[in-house]
Amino acid sequence: MSTPQSQASLSALADRWLPKLVLSPTLLISLVFVYGFIAWTGWLSLTESRLLPQMDFAGLVQYQALFENDRWWTAVANLGIFGGLFIGCTLAVGLFLAVLLDQKIRAEGTLRTIYLYPMALSFIVTGTAWKWMLNPDMGLQKVINDWGFPDFTFDWLVDPDKAIYTVVIAGVWQSSGFVMALFLAGLRGIDDSIIKAAQVDGASLPVIYWRIIIPSLRPVFFSVLLILSHIAIKSFDLVMALTGGGPGTASDVPAIFMYQFAFTRGQLGLGAASAMMMLMTIVAVLVPLMYMETRSAKRG
Amino acid sequence: MAKHLTPGRIVLYAALLLMAIYYLLPLYVMLSTSVKTLDDIRGGNLIALPQSITLDAWSKAWSSACTGVECGGMKGFFWNSVKMAVPSVLISTLIGAVNGYVVSMWRFRGSDVLFTLLLVGCFIPFQVVLLPMARLLGELGIANTTSGLILVHVIYGLAFTTLFFRNFFVTIPDELVKAARIDGAGFWTIFLRILMPISGPIFMVCVIWQFTQIWNDFLFGVVFAAGESQPITVALNNLVNTSTGVKEYNVDMAAAIIAALPTLFVYMVAGRYFVRGLTAGAVKG
Repeated sequence: MSTPQSQASLSALADRWLPKLVLSPTLLISLVFVYGFIAWTGWLSLTESRLLPQMDFAGLVQYQALFENDRWWTAVANLGIFGGLFIGCTLAVGLFLAVLLDQKIRAEGTLRTIYLYPMALSFIVTGTAWKWMLNPDMGLQKVINDWGFPDFTFDWLVDPDKAIYTVVIAGVWQSSGFVMALFLAGLRGIDDSIIKAAQVDGASLPVIYWRIIIPSLRPVFFSVLLILSHIAIKSFDLVMALTGGGPGTASDVPAIFMYQFAFTRGQLGLGAASAMMMLMTIVAVLVPLMYMETRSAKRG
Repeated sequence: MAKHLTPGRIVLYAALLLMAIYYLLPLYVMLSTSVKTLDDIRGGNLIALPQSITLDAWSKAWSSACTGVECGGMKGFFWNSVKMAVPSVLISTLIGAVNGYVVSMWRFRGSDVLFTLLLVGCFIPFQVVLLPMARLLGELGIANTTSGLILVHVIYGLAFTTLFFRNFFVTIPDELVKAARIDGAGFWTIFLRILMPISGPIFMVCVIWQFTQIWNDFLFGVVFAAGESQPITVALNNLVNTSTGVKEYNVDMAAAIIAALPTLFVYMVAGRYFVRGLTAGAVKG
């Protein structure tokens, strides 16, 4: 039988190694499935792999092929258009709603619930719903026509030059309530006395918001930008459900490009190269944002 | 304080109401289209009320609509998603709870660095792991199975669940744990007896977040589980984009609502936790 002392030292020993032991499977998983897999994809992008992976180093041929591929540049341009407009509009709508809701509104809870429910939906559901509403023959266009504007046309969904904008419409609808919730949380954290003092000084409410309140939401802006750019760069489901990248390849985005080349066209190397480009884009966008966020957080 | 109804307030309420209509319109359109007949859809317009209400589209969407070659409706795929989501959510949440406990209360040298390395998993675009994962699942013989999908969702959910629990546990005063240790409580005792009883809310947040993410996932589903074991999001997309035969918009909409119901339900009954999860996961993430 062990004495109480030896039992105590045994459990102290256990307490020393248990935490490390408990954490290690997750770390191992992360090491293999995140870092290892990124390295694997990175290496694959430096080979001539097509249908089957082959591991002979071939330099930057896949990146060269990628940069000479018109479809890739369409996808990149679309990401630029979509990303810019999606982030800009979502931010504007979300902030606007948050400011409105911050005016001591009756039924605020109900309104918040309504604004935010799209966030619970899958992008596939959102895409399906908007695809139907934007249907050029039977959708919103017909509603407006029936209201007495027979010449009104709204066929962006099938217009190669406009299809990407329909993705923006649906994306903003889905995500703006979420941004509203983040900003509203930020607004609620602001000390009322600052506003009262400004009011005593004779500042009008819009001026107070523009000059004092919105600038003080800086950290929230960074978080929102971080999340929205992340959603934008990864966007795949919404485009698949809404336009499928079409008409033709007109609304392709990098995520769809990657999926199609890697999984339906059997061009593993090119798919891997496009995936690595997506990763680098995320790093290039997120790292400066996170840096600025921590800096602004430190300054308070 | 009670405000009087000034012209400014009226404009304010009008704007809020208008925005509410904008958010509700797609839901209304989905619901009303799903109970219309095809003739009603073609003859009327998008926002008109149904002439008569029929649930035919619903029963077709549930049990006999065609998603590609198969014509068994969404039923089977709905259960695929349930079978995929429930274990993935439970496993990733439990592991995340223990991980979060370690990185917040049992920090050792280097644990902060390890935690940061783990967090990178929240940010990577999953495209960058798809190819090796597909290969691995193939070699393990679980490609195109629900078990394969569960594995993938657990692996890539761990970073988030760990983050949730870590952020919750760091708000608990150290004294609580220190006092328990002096009383002789060990690693598991403290976790099970002291922390678990007060962790209800964060479990809710984490479970809801994970459930929404996994149920709504499309990328992993479409890449790793084609065919019979595909989740409902993939089936819905196939249904809507099947180009054969007459386009049945009412069936599409009924199927879309079926796919959305579980997460909408969670949002309705536990919206509070849903929002908290979004903001906590997002702001810190």
